[in-house]
Amino acid sequence: MSTASDIAIQAEGLVKRFGETTALAGVDLQIPTGTVLGVLGPNGAGKTTAVRVLSTLLKPDAGRATVGGYDVVRHAHQVRQLIGLTGQYAAVDESLTGTENLLLIGRLLGMQRAEARQRAKELLADFDLTDAAGRAAGTYSGGMRRRLDLAASLVGRPRMLYLDEPTTGLDPRARNELWGVIRSLVSRGVTVLLTTQYLEEADELADTIVVIDHGKIIASGTPDELKTMTGTRTLAVQPQDPIHLSQVTSTVRELTGNEPEVDNTLVTAAVADPAVLPAVVRRLDDAGVVVTELTLRSSSLDEVFLSLTGGPAGNDNDTTSTERIPA
Amino acid sequence: MTTATTSVPATGERSTPAGDDVSPRVSTVDGIRQSFTLAWRTVVQVRHNPWELGDFSIQPIMFVLLFTFMFGGAIAGDWQDYLTFMLPGMIVMNMLFVTLYVGQGLNTDLTKGVFDRLRSLPIARWAPLAGRILADQVKQIWSILLVLAVGMVLGFRPDNGVLGVLGAVALLLTFALAFSWTSVVVGILARDPERVQIYGMTILFPLTFVSNVFVPVDTLPSWLEPVVDANPVSTIADAVRGLLLTGAETGPILQTLIGAAVILAIFAPLSVWAFKRKL
Repeated sequence: MSTASDIAIQAEGLVKRFGETTALAGVDLQIPTGTVLGVLGPNGAGKTTAVRVLSTLLKPDAGRATVGGYDVVRHAHQVRQLIGLTGQYAAVDESLTGTENLLLIGRLLGMQRAEARQRAKELLADFDLTDAAGRAAGTYSGGMRRRLDLAASLVGRPRMLYLDEPTTGLDPRARNELWGVIRSLVSRGVTVLLTTQYLEEADELADTIVVIDHGKIIASGTPDELKTMTGTRTLAVQPQDPIHLSQVTSTVRELTGNEPEVDNTLVTAAVADPAVLPAVVRRLDDAGVVVTELTLRSSSLDEVFLSLTGGPAGNDNDTTSTERIPA
Repeated sequence: MTTATTSVPATGERSTPAGDDVSPRVSTVDGIRQSFTLAWRTVVQVRHNPWELGDFSIQPIMFVLLFTFMFGGAIAGDWQDYLTFMLPGMIVMNMLFVTLYVGQGLNTDLTKGVFDRLRSLPIARWAPLAGRILADQVKQIWSILLVLAVGMVLGFRPDNGVLGVLGAVALLLTFALAFSWTSVVVGILARDPERVQIYGMTILFPLTFVSNVFVPVDTLPSWLEPVVDANPVSTIADAVRGLLLTGAETGPILQTLIGAAVILAIFAPLSVWAFKRKL
C-alpha cells in the first residue's frame, strides 16, 4: 500500500446524489504527489461535484477520500490547510482591489499585516497584475480575474491545488498564459487536480487523465495511453507534385484497406497495423513519388473522447444540476 | 487513578499534526479575529464606493421629509408634533430595512462563488456569516444617526438626553443583530440579490406599516388594534420613543429584548438548516 507521502489525494468509491440525479456514482482517484491529474468530461459529468467533495465543500453520500492523509469529512479543517481552490467562476470580490482581495485571504489565514501585504505583492507580480493591483477587481478582464482568483488560492502556499475548469471562457491568449502559470506551479512541486472540458488542455497539462461521464470514470491513463486505447491511428501522406495524388490515394487505399480522405493534396486514412508505414514508404519510393509529408499519428484525444463517451466532446445537451451555470 | 483514552484512527489516516504545521481546529479567538477581517471587507467596499452609503441614505431622508410634511398635518394636526411622534418609529423602520443588506451581501457571495472560496479556507465555519452581520452594524449605526440628524435639523429634540440616545442606539443594534438572521435566511434561499430586496420589502413594508410607527393606535379599527399591539415593531418603537423622548420604559425595552431573543432562537437554527439544504 502507498504511504501518505507519495499519494497526495486519494478517493475511493465516492458517491454523491442530488435528489434524483446521481452526480458521482462511485469514483476512485489517486493522485501521486507533485503530479497533475486531469479530470476530463462533458458538462454535468460530475467533475465539479468531485472537486467540491475533495475540497470539503460537499460531504459524499458514500465512499471516502483523503487529502495529504487527512479524511475530507472528519478532518476537513486539516484538509483546508493543505489545499487551494480555484472554482469555475472567478471567486473574487469585485468591489475590492486586487491587492485587497489577496490581503483578505492572507489575513484570514492568520498572517500579520506586513506579511500578508508582502505575499500579495509577490503574487501580483508573479501573475502580472502589479499594474492593476490598486484597481477594483470588477474592472479586470476575464483573464486577469482568473489570474487573481488563482493567486488568491495560492496565498497560503497550498500543497494541493484544485483547478475547476480554470480556462473556461478565456480567449486562446489568456488560456495560454494561464497554462504557463500552471506549469510553473507544477514545477515547484504542487499537486494539481485539474478539471476541464478541453481535451487539448488535459493533453497539455496532465500527467494522468481520467475521463468521467455520468458520474463514473470510463477511462484513465496517460494522454498517450488514452490515445492508443482506441487502437486506430491515422496515416497522412502528401505528394510534393499534385500529379501523383491519384497514385498516392490508390496506394494508401490498397495498403490500409480503408477508403482514404483527400483534403487538397493531403491523403489520410485510418490504419490498424503500424507496419503499413514502411510498406507505404517502399511502394512510393519504388514508384519515384516524392512526398512532403508522411506520418502515422495516434488518434487525437477528441477522437478518443468521442469513442468513449459516445458523443462529441463538450456535449452541452447533457447538463444536469451538478454544474452551476453562470447567470 | 485515571484512565487515558486515546482514539486511534482505524486506517492509516492522520488527525493531528504529523511533522507538518497543520493544526487540528480553529480557536474561538481566531474565529472572532477572522470575523473582524471579513467585516473589514465590507467597510472597504463602502470606502471604495461611497455612493453605496448614498444609496441607503436617500430613501430614509426622503421618507422623513415625505411623512413629516405630506402626512404630518393630516395625521397629527401639525407637522412638528407629528415629527416628534413619528421619528423614533422611522428609525426603527429604517433599521429593519438596513438588515436586508446582510442577506443581499450574503447572496452575492453565494452566487459569485466567494462563499465557496471562504468555506475552503481553514477558518471558523461561522466566521463568514458573523463577519457579514458585524459589518452591517456599521451601516446600522450610520443610518440610525442619519435619520436622527435629519429629524433634528427639522426640529426633533431628543429630550431624554445623550444617555437616552445611546440607550436607543444600543437597543436598536441589539434588535438588528437578532433580526439580521431573518435576512440571512432570505439571503440563502433567494436566487439572486435583487430577489432578496423584493422578498424583504414584501415582508417589511406591511410589518412596519401595520404598527404604531406612523399612526396612533386609537385611530385604527378595533379589530386591527390587537394586531398592531402584538407587532414587535410597535413594541420596539415604543421603547425607542421612551428612550429618546419621555424617559426609558422598562416594559417595552424588556419586551424588545425578549422579541430579539425569540427571533434569534427561530432564525439562527433556520439559517443553519437553509445552509445545509443549499450546500
